[in-house]
Amino acid sequence: MKSPLDVVAIAVFVALFAFVTILGFVAAHWRRGDLNQLHEWGLGGRRFGTIISWFLLGGDLYTAYTFVALPALLFGAGAMGFFAVPYTVIIWPALFVVFPRLWSVSHRHGYVTAADFVRGRFGSRTLSLTVAITGIVATMPYIALQLVGIEVVIAGLGLHLSFSVAGFTIELPLLIAFVILAAYTYTSGLRAPAMIAVVKDILIYGTVLAVIILIPAKLGGYGHIFASVDPAKLLLPLSPPGNLGAQSAYVTLALGSALALFLYPHSVTGILSSSSREVIKRNAIAMPVYAFALGLISLMGFMAIAAGVKSVPAYADGFKAFGPNFAVPALLLHTFPSWLVGVAFAAIAIGALVPAAIMSIASANLFTRNIYKEYFNPGCTDAQESRMAKIVSLIVKAGGLIFIFGFPQNYAIVLQLLGGIWISQTLPAVMLGLYTRWLHPRALLLGWLSGIAAGTWMAWTLSFKSATYVLHIFGTAVPCYAAVSALALNLAVSVVLSLMFNAASRGTWADETLAEDYV
Amino acid sequence: MTGRPRGRARPYHILLLVPLLALWVPFYDRAEPSLAGIPFFYWFQMAWIAVTVLAILIVYCLERRSGGGL
Repeated sequence: MKSPLDVVAIAVFVALFAFVTILGFVAAHWRRGDLNQLHEWGLGGRRFGTIISWFLLGGDLYTAYTFVALPALLFGAGAMGFFAVPYTVIIWPALFVVFPRLWSVSHRHGYVTAADFVRGRFGSRTLSLTVAITGIVATMPYIALQLVGIEVVIAGLGLHLSFSVAGFTIELPLLIAFVILAAYTYTSGLRAPAMIAVVKDILIYGTVLAVIILIPAKLGGYGHIFASVDPAKLLLPLSPPGNLGAQSAYVTLALGSALALFLYPHSVTGILSSSSREVIKRNAIAMPVYAFALGLISLMGFMAIAAGVKSVPAYADGFKAFGPNFAVPALLLHTFPSWLVGVAFAAIAIGALVPAAIMSIASANLFTRNIYKEYFNPGCTDAQESRMAKIVSLIVKAGGLIFIFGFPQNYAIVLQLLGGIWISQTLPAVMLGLYTRWLHPRALLLGWLSGIAAGTWMAWTLSFKSATYVLHIFGTAVPCYAAVSALALNLAVSVVLSLMFNAASRGTWADETLAEDYV
Repeated sequence: MTGRPRGRARPYHILLLVPLLALWVPFYDRAEPSLAGIPFFYWFQMAWIAVTVLAILIVYCLERRSGGGL
C-alpha cells in the first residue's frame, strides 16, 4: 500500500502537466494565423487535416466522461454503463453521412457555429438565438464533468490544499489547473487543444495498453475479473411484466447520446476546423478506434470491483468524497507502480483539459457570433469580435464550476446526460435543416420550446440525479432517456405546426443557402 | 467539384445501416456464448465496433470509385 503522499507520482504528474502548459502557449505560433480573427482563434483557421482532426475530435469526444464517469457507472451500476459502446458505434455512420453537409455549407458561407447556419437557412434571428443559448447552457455541465475528472485525480494524488472563501471550499490544485487552462485557451485559441490532444492521446493509449496488460495479469485474467462481478450486474436486469425495463433505458441512452453528440458546439467546432469534407469522412472511419479504447477503459469499473478497492481503507476518503467516480483512481493507485500512476493521472487530467478548452472556445464562438454581434454590436471589428470570444471563453469555464457546486452528483455522467437533453432539442433545426427547409422556423421554435420544457421538467422530477424518465404508454412502463422522449415531442410539434404554418404562408422566409452548397 | 454526382444515395449506402444493429439490445443481452470468460454482452458489442469500421470503410471506397457519394 502506498503512503498518502506519493512523491514520484506527483512529480511525474506535475512534469507532464507543465509540459502541456508550455505546449499550449507555443501553439499560438503553430501554422501561424492572425488570432485577432474569430475563425483563426476559434477554428484554427479551418486548416486541420485528417490526422490533426482525428486527434482533435478524439480529444473532443473522449473525455473525463470516458476515463472517470463511465467506469464509475460500470463499477456502481454494472452492465448499464456499457451503453456508451453502442452509443459510440452508431454515431459514425451519422458523421459520415450528415456532417460533411454542414462542413460544405459552412465553408461556402463562412459559418463558424451551428447557429450561424440556422440563421442563414431559416432567416430567423430568434431561432438562431435559441440554438446559441442551448449550446452554451448544455456545454456547461459537460465542462463541469471535465472539472470533476481533474478534481478526482488530484484527490487521488493526495494533494489536499484547500482554502475557504465566503463559505466555499476551493481546492488550490484545481484552481491552478483551471487558471492554466484559461490562460492558454485565451492566448492560443483552438490551436492549443489541437496540439495538446496529440500528447494526450499518446498518454491515454499508453495507459490503456498498461491497463489491459498489467491489471488482468495481476487479477488473474479477464475471466476472473468478470467472475468477481455480481452476476445480477453483469447483464441488464430482467424487466418486470408491463415494463420494458433496463433494455429500453439502455437503447435510449445510446441513441439519445449519439443524437446529441454532434450537435454540441465543441463537436461542430471540431468538424468545421477540418480542411475539407473528405477529412470528416475519413475520420468517420478512423474514429471508432477510440470507441474500442472507450470500451476497454469502461471495463476498468469491473477491474476495480475485482481488485476490491472499495474495501481498502486508504481509499475510503476518496470514495466518501467522490462516490463511484473514485473507482478508476483507486484502481490505478492500487495496481500501478508510482511513476505509472503519475502518467495515468496526467493522462486523465490532460484528457479533461483538452475538451474543456474546446468546449469553452465553442461556446465563446456561439456567444460572440450569435448573441454579441447579432444583438449588441453588429458593427464590431474582427479584432473586437475575437477579443470578446476570448473573454467569454473564461466566463463559460467559470459557469462549469457553478454546475459542480450547484448539482452535486453521485455519478458524474449525469452532468453529461443533462447537457444531452438540452442540446438534442436543436436537432430538428440543425440536422434536419441540412436536408430540408420544409420545417417552418416558427414551428421549430415552438418545437424547441416544448422539448426543452418537457426535458427539463423530466430531469427536475428526477431531482437532476438521473436522466432516465419512465413513460407510461398504454399501460406499459417505458424507461426512456429524457433526451429521446423530449426530442420526440419536439419533432411532433415541429412537424404538425409546420403543416399548419406552411399551409398559411408557403416559404416566406429567406433561405440564403442553395441545394448545391451542401454537397 | 462541379459535375460530380454528389448528394445522391446509392444501393451500397445501405451498408451504413449495419452499425445500427448495435441498438438491438435483446439480441446481445446474454452471457453465452462467452469468449475466454468474457460474457457475450461485452465481447459482441466490442466486436461490433470492428464491423462498423469495416462497413463505413467499404462505403467510403465505393464512393471514391464511383466519384460520387452522399
